[in-house]
Amino acid sequence: MKSAPFSYHAPASIAEALVLKAAHSGNSAILAGGQSLMPLMRFRIANPANLIDINRIDELSYIRRVNGTLTIGALTRHADVLASTAAQVAAPLLVEAVGHVGHAQIRHRGTIAGSAAHADPSAEIPAALMALGAQMQCSSRSGTRSVPAEDFFMGPFSTAIADNEILTEVRIPEWPEGTGSAWLELTRIYHGFPVVGVGALIHISDGTIDRASVGMCGMAGTPIVSEAATAALVGNAPSTELIEDTTSTAIDGLQPPADVHGSTAYRLRAGRAYIKRTLTAAIRNAGGVV
Amino acid sequence: MSTQKVEVTVNGTSYHAEVDPRLALVDFLRDELGLTGTHTGCEQGVCGSCTVLVDGTSVLSCLMLAVQADGTEISTVEGLSRGEQMHSLQEAFWEKQGLQCGYCTPGMLMRAKEILATNPIPTAAEVREGIAGNLCRCTGYQFIVESILDAADRANA
Repeated sequence: MKSAPFSYHAPASIAEALVLKAAHSGNSAILAGGQSLMPLMRFRIANPANLIDINRIDELSYIRRVNGTLTIGALTRHADVLASTAAQVAAPLLVEAVGHVGHAQIRHRGTIAGSAAHADPSAEIPAALMALGAQMQCSSRSGTRSVPAEDFFMGPFSTAIADNEILTEVRIPEWPEGTGSAWLELTRIYHGFPVVGVGALIHISDGTIDRASVGMCGMAGTPIVSEAATAALVGNAPSTELIEDTTSTAIDGLQPPADVHGSTAYRLRAGRAYIKRTLTAAIRNAGGVV
Repeated sequence: MSTQKVEVTVNGTSYHAEVDPRLALVDFLRDELGLTGTHTGCEQGVCGSCTVLVDGTSVLSCLMLAVQADGTEISTVEGLSRGEQMHSLQEAFWEKQGLQCGYCTPGMLMRAKEILATNPIPTAAEVREGIAGNLCRCTGYQFIVESILDAADRANA
């Protein structure tokens, strides 16, 4: 199937792109890597009258470490993140999650910001950004606002990006040195979409967990971060009992939507197994013995 | 819906065209340039049969617009052989039976070309990981992996 017709715009600067987005507010889509948008357009699920292609905006492609924050531009591709020493040092959880995204050809074109803006509740990147406590920089002609990841993902394929805005940058606060992280996911086929995915960050100080975060995909209508898991972990020494208790706390109250890849009950069981495994791996990577 | 100018170099030959912006790169290659070696499979980024190299990097040509290829150099399966002389990958696929129906083969070959360009002596596991985005419904992949490893041996002999 072929896309419906559209007007094509290829701005050369962020400023030009923002003018176009404002002019075609409500009737346009941003084309970054196109690995999610193009299939939607081919199925005619997405039929934007105006397609604003940001691939000619070189100033949107970067990975930088600024004052303890990793900043990633809207055109930075998954493959760029995988190859980046800065990203590996500043946010190893993100790099590990990116390694699970699609396959090589997808990672060559697809972008971090594009995956965030697409907001698939079963995708890796939104859940990793939730776990990492990322800030999403939404820009319009009148300026840029910073939206925390937990306010950004509003529903399945729905974000806080306003009609006249473009997600121009993702900011990831660096965790302290010695932080252990892990991303694990259950897929139906090799490198397929996760049925359930879990990302965890753990920092241990003097034998006690003093910082922790657990993000998940496939467990709700949006990516989620478990405040209950953080509360259960912080202040305690790592142990298998703590992992068991935290896993139960994190699963409690979740009602993952059923689809062809897994019923609600299946996702709850898979989620339980994957939270446990991911916590164990992250604690070990943080130097904890479990 | 005005047309857009596209200037591309495909397998060393430059082309100038006016295209509808919604035209996918794979359809441009096949229908406008007559380069039907690149196959259209799923048209949604799942099967990898439309894989071509854009400025040396493998991409799915069904998920890229022709207009986005403006100014790039593209390599397709037609560019592999030198006249009657097959590329070492093609010879290896031929001898090791790396294809049956042949539908996935153009995409497999182009992805394999990139794998060997970035990692000239890959392990079998690296080849399997490398072709994870290219579906084959005939071979069960074993002969394809052996073909790519054989091509690596030929190139390094």
